[in-house]
Amino acid sequence: MSLLDVKGLQARHGLLVALHDVSLSLEAGDVLAIVGANGAGKTTLMRSIAGAHKPSAGKVLLNGEDVTNLPAHKHVRRGIALVPEGRRLFPDMTVKDTLRLAACRKGTWSFDAVLEALPQLLPVLNRKAGHLSGGQQQAVAIGRALMTNPELLLLDELSLGLSPVAVEGVYDAMPRLKSAGTTIILVEQDLRRAMAAATHVMCMLEGRVVLSGRAGELTREAVMDAYFGLNRHAA
Amino acid sequence: MDLLNDLLQGLLLGGYYALLASGLSFLFGVMRVINLAHGSLAVLGAFIMMVIYTTLGISPLAGLALMLPVMALLGVVLQLLILEPSLKSGPLVPLLATFGLALFTDNVLFSVFGADTQGFAADIGDLSYNSWSIGPLYVSQLDTLIFATAVAVLGGLQVLLSKTQIGRMIRATAEDEDAARLSGVDTRTVRVCASALAMVMVGLAGAALGARGSFDPYAGGPQLIYAFEAVVIGGTGSLWGTLIGGVVLGIAQTLGGSIDTHLTEIAGHTVFLAVLIVRLGRGGGIGSYFRTLRMRFV
Repeated sequence: MSLLDVKGLQARHGLLVALHDVSLSLEAGDVLAIVGANGAGKTTLMRSIAGAHKPSAGKVLLNGEDVTNLPAHKHVRRGIALVPEGRRLFPDMTVKDTLRLAACRKGTWSFDAVLEALPQLLPVLNRKAGHLSGGQQQAVAIGRALMTNPELLLLDELSLGLSPVAVEGVYDAMPRLKSAGTTIILVEQDLRRAMAAATHVMCMLEGRVVLSGRAGELTREAVMDAYFGLNRHAA
Repeated sequence: MDLLNDLLQGLLLGGYYALLASGLSFLFGVMRVINLAHGSLAVLGAFIMMVIYTTLGISPLAGLALMLPVMALLGVVLQLLILEPSLKSGPLVPLLATFGLALFTDNVLFSVFGADTQGFAADIGDLSYNSWSIGPLYVSQLDTLIFATAVAVLGGLQVLLSKTQIGRMIRATAEDEDAARLSGVDTRTVRVCASALAMVMVGLAGAALGARGSFDPYAGGPQLIYAFEAVVIGGTGSLWGTLIGGVVLGIAQTLGGSIDTHLTEIAGHTVFLAVLIVRLGRGGGIGSYFRTLRMRFV
């Protein structure tokens, strides 16, 4: 049984159809990178899987259980955690409280384990999240998601708005996440970084999956073509 | 020395206003709901307490202890039946719904208890009039108890919000409900808990109202105004703003009353209006002001 099965997912923003019949399947330990231009539907797909956006059709199955219409907090308690685009931290809450807030499932990610994986949080534990740098805030957002002990971790636009140094700091935690066996879906604009981090790559264009496959089997050119819609009928 | 005495009485009166305002402010902070039934629910709390201790033949204090869980339960019902559905329909609907609830509560109380004024003074013995004499100053024991209760409620609330998991959940829900859900927080349950907690505070305020004066089924309106004024005067930024707002309102009323009895309420309203105008003048208009007011507990 797959860890995650997304079947024929459709989602709308009002009258606009943001996702058309999106399907994907992930096994435990897979790392899927989703690439695509702005407006491709990547964030809507992530939010739909996380329960933060209600799909208009299709199903999301986690370990075979249909979680499509469950509220977001029940997705979290079943093991799906989203690091949302823009981080969505609580500006007036300290880092320590933010991490403790999310401790709703038992597992390998304890408070200490999260700090070990994200050591940049140690000196700022008692500072309010709103007073941190972009890189530190992203680390808090990842730490908050890890505190829920996810089986499936959704990372939306990890590097957006961060300096190169901050991006390095955030990606330094990736090997630790992978070694913990966490299944990851990563939305990333940096194609090189995405393909290096992932076991599978999926390219989206205008709400549709236009290319998908194992990272080692796809060339950078094929992904680039799909990204810009040059082979949109080839998927 | 009269001035010092007036300031002291104003300070103690402010404790009552802070106690009255805490539930209103808390509910607004968590859910952005201005509960127009706040005063009427405080009066309802006073009536429930009176019915409990007179029917069971127990002390008013025991009646208070039994009334508070009833108020918490009413908070759950209020949230599930009125606030939760109306919150889905935009910011105006909860305002109208709680206004309707205030009218309903007032009229049900009137139909059950009639227009007679009620009070606990006769049942709480010496406490209703005893005071400590410190030189030329007189310190009412009851008002001191109410002030201490207000401080304890606000202090307890601060500990709850800052040190406990439910407190973190309440703060997260108040700051960003969507993000709170993504952190695993069941925000609906959190809102129900917050409503129950707010109603416990309303119940305490109702008990204080009955102990320090009289009440009748239509006494809720003025109590709502005092609570609202204390919240606005207290301003933004900290939990203790509610206490400061209450104290400023209490002192304004007492000083106004010392000049002329008719000035008691006008002085309070004047301070409220002045503070409101200054805050609005700092920019952003009423919407901006209430957005910042929402953050007072977090």
